[in-house]
Amino acid sequence: MLALFYIFIAVAVGLGIWQLNRLSSYKQVILNNDKGEPVNAIAKSEENPVATEKDNDIHGKFFLIFLIGFYLLMTYCLFFMNDIMLPESASIEGENDDNLFLITFILIGVVQFATQFLLFYFSFKYRGINNRKALFYADSHKLELIWTTIPTIVLTALIGYGLYTWNDVMDLSDSENPLVIEVYAQQFNWQARYAGADNTLGRGNVRNIKGINTIGIDMTDANSADDIPVRELHLPKGRKIVFKFRSQDVLHSAYMPHFRAQMNCVPGMVTEFGFTPKFTTQEMRVQEETVRKVNGINKLRKAKGEDPYEFEYLLLCNKICGASHYNMQMKIVVEEEADFYSWLKQQKTITELVN
Amino acid sequence: MSEHHHKETFVTKYIFSQDHKMISKQFLVTGIIMGVIGVFMSMLFRLQIAWPERSFSIIEAFLGHHQTDGVMDPDMYLALVTIHGTIMVFFVLTAGLSGTFSNLLIPLQIGARDMASGFMNMISYWLFFISSVVMVISLFVEAGPASAGWTIYPPLSALPQAIPGSGLGMTLWLVSMAIFVASSLIGSLNYIVTILNLRTKGMKMTRLPLTMWAFFITAIIGVVSFPVLLSAALLLIFDRSFGTSFYLSDIFISGEVLHYQGGSPVLFEHLFWFLGHPEVYIVLLPALGITSEVIATNSRKPIFGYRAMVGSIMAIAFLSTIVWGHHMFISGMNPFLGSVFTFTTLLIAIPSAVKAFNYITTLWKGNLQMNPAMLFSIGLVSTFITGGLTGIVLGDSALDINVHDTYFVVAHFHLVMGVSAIYGMYAGIYHWFPKMYGRMMDKTLGYWHFWITAIAAYGVFFPMHFIGLAGLPRRYYSNTAFPLFEDLADVNIVITLFAILGGLAQIIFLINFFLSIYRGKKATQNPWNSTTLEWTTPVEAIHGNWPGKIPSVERWAYDYSKPGYEEDFVPQNVPLKEGEEES
Repeated sequence: MLALFYIFIAVAVGLGIWQLNRLSSYKQVILNNDKGEPVNAIAKSEENPVATEKDNDIHGKFFLIFLIGFYLLMTYCLFFMNDIMLPESASIEGENDDNLFLITFILIGVVQFATQFLLFYFSFKYRGINNRKALFYADSHKLELIWTTIPTIVLTALIGYGLYTWNDVMDLSDSENPLVIEVYAQQFNWQARYAGADNTLGRGNVRNIKGINTIGIDMTDANSADDIPVRELHLPKGRKIVFKFRSQDVLHSAYMPHFRAQMNCVPGMVTEFGFTPKFTTQEMRVQEETVRKVNGINKLRKAKGEDPYEFEYLLLCNKICGASHYNMQMKIVVEEEADFYSWLKQQKTITELVN
Repeated sequence: MSEHHHKETFVTKYIFSQDHKMISKQFLVTGIIMGVIGVFMSMLFRLQIAWPERSFSIIEAFLGHHQTDGVMDPDMYLALVTIHGTIMVFFVLTAGLSGTFSNLLIPLQIGARDMASGFMNMISYWLFFISSVVMVISLFVEAGPASAGWTIYPPLSALPQAIPGSGLGMTLWLVSMAIFVASSLIGSLNYIVTILNLRTKGMKMTRLPLTMWAFFITAIIGVVSFPVLLSAALLLIFDRSFGTSFYLSDIFISGEVLHYQGGSPVLFEHLFWFLGHPEVYIVLLPALGITSEVIATNSRKPIFGYRAMVGSIMAIAFLSTIVWGHHMFISGMNPFLGSVFTFTTLLIAIPSAVKAFNYITTLWKGNLQMNPAMLFSIGLVSTFITGGLTGIVLGDSALDINVHDTYFVVAHFHLVMGVSAIYGMYAGIYHWFPKMYGRMMDKTLGYWHFWITAIAAYGVFFPMHFIGLAGLPRRYYSNTAFPLFEDLADVNIVITLFAILGGLAQIIFLINFFLSIYRGKKATQNPWNSTTLEWTTPVEAIHGNWPGKIPSVERWAYDYSKPGYEEDFVPQNVPLKEGEEES
């Protein structure tokens, strides 16, 4: 794609220089007309400033060429950029999202291809040549009814499925025995806290921040004692996770693209999001789409002489938060429930840490 | 009328002018200057995105102490995207577009001597000018200009400890925007009053050209929503300077707890987007209005479905004030509200689709005159469709979760409101340049300007959707911190190259515009054979617009190629023939 672009640039620059030459030829026109008198016009005197039939012909045809070029660009982006896309959803809730996305994209894709065709084809077909006469056609209620009704029906269906998916993702009230995890944001890193044996997070407030208690856990709250603060997020596969987000300074957004999950972290309030991991990190690494993407990345890295990259789930910050916003990340490890608990057991609780 | 005129001095004619035509030129030239600054900034930060570690002498030359050896600092990167957004949205596409064409066209197209209040009109421009100056001054502040994103969400925008741009730079930003809102309100009120009260004889509301409808409704949305931005900004100023807690609560920064308690940034988001979303239509509707006019004229056909077009403008305007929450699906607000906003948002697709189809049908069986203005209008319909369709993805709360704040959003809004509105603005300039300066712009340069711009615009923004779908967040100084995004680097280079190409193409326009003012071919009275009233005024513009009586209006604005007439256009002031029906 890059090589093509350079060719394109070369052509454009060439044409540009040619045009600049043309500009300088105006200078002559400005100075003298045919009779040698100075004239005050940048255009050659015989040139009509309004489009002529020749212009209509040329630019009508250009629109057709533009349409073909645009189709090629769309096709390339839609079908040949698949290798760099995110792999399938790694959360169960994200499946509906992927489906809805596919349906929406097919739909808008069809509309896009069809309407762009009509627009540019008409621009070509009805270009003003051969003394064409325009048709006086001011209104048709039938046509307008059609293109009001059809979008309405289609959109109603889309809204329906969209809202179903939205409620499915956002409604956390019906999840049974979810694992509660707090994700804590600050400029410019992430921390997390597991609720411990009681699966209830102790209260937190920035006013409690002191020494090793960097996320302001309220130690007077009985639920706090067994809470486990960590710097790497581990999740058990197949268990519903409910995240509680907090931020200590500015807005951040916890973005976990592989799980189709994102929620802002807002100072002064607790926000929530939930999902159920579907694949462990290991499973995801051998998943076909992931392999393809990782191979592509590693080919580039090899060319630069860098170590190969291994797939990891990530938590990114996706709300502008300051200078190092672009590098605010935390690794997420999804593992089988047994492995998860043995990892969690090795982590110290806040009580152990403080004392 | 002309006997009342005082002798104009240079100051009253060119500087403190109360003539709507001069004020419109002032808006346009100020808008163009701001546009050059805004576009140039985007070139700089695109260089950083494409080649994160590379040193550029242009960056070294322009960014002063905000760069090290030709590599810009992260804070400056954020400042550039912030100011680029602010300038383009408000200074170019709101004031530059609406200010220019509302002022120029409202009196001319409805048949009025001038705006209802020439004095207020002048004030509106000069407030805009002051606000532009303050914004430009803010670029030279020691700690850097505002850098919290053009949406200036607190607490980032409230705390200088969080980002250096939130010091004096942000104060100036807020001051500038407050003045801007005042300018916009005064202008809008004037537009509304003028359209309602000063229409010439026979100019019924149902005979208004669609540009007038678009400007009228735009002014109404502006009056409804801009004051809310002012209050949002005022409360932010209170939080920043007087220690109140409207938006701030429980903050620990630079090793200390701040006193703020009880506020919420979500409140700011509500207030900001209550303007912010209608703002999209404040930008877009005038461009669509201009397009309606240009497409009808150059298709030599009536605009298809005039009533439906007016209805769509009204529907879009109404809906635009109840969809702001779709910017906040994942802000932490109640998910039920998200459902409501999804519903209202997707409804906007219906009037938008009607407009797009009506444009296409207007082209059908027309006799298309490919003037530069026409090319830009066709381009607008194309980008409006492309950008509008991805809105169906973003407006759907469930899908928004994963593409929110990624480059998908950037691509979407740049196409649907950025590029489209700029195209509309260019269409307007090429079309009404003869009315502004009495001369024609060069056609060939116009063609080059359009084609390079059209290719560059899609080259930049179409692939950009896909790096967004790959999960790339916007406003990242560099994408090198994530191996996950390494395979997107090539696409980013291509995008930057196209952006530079597109930026350079605008130089063609600037040359054409400024040369044509002095050297362009003399215009004829009605160069595009148009039906609307502005083309009945003399080529050499005069104060009061018409030398004698104002023409009265006898028909609607779109009698192109009407059967029974020799010419393929019948101006609005030509009486109906006996037995002729008005469409």
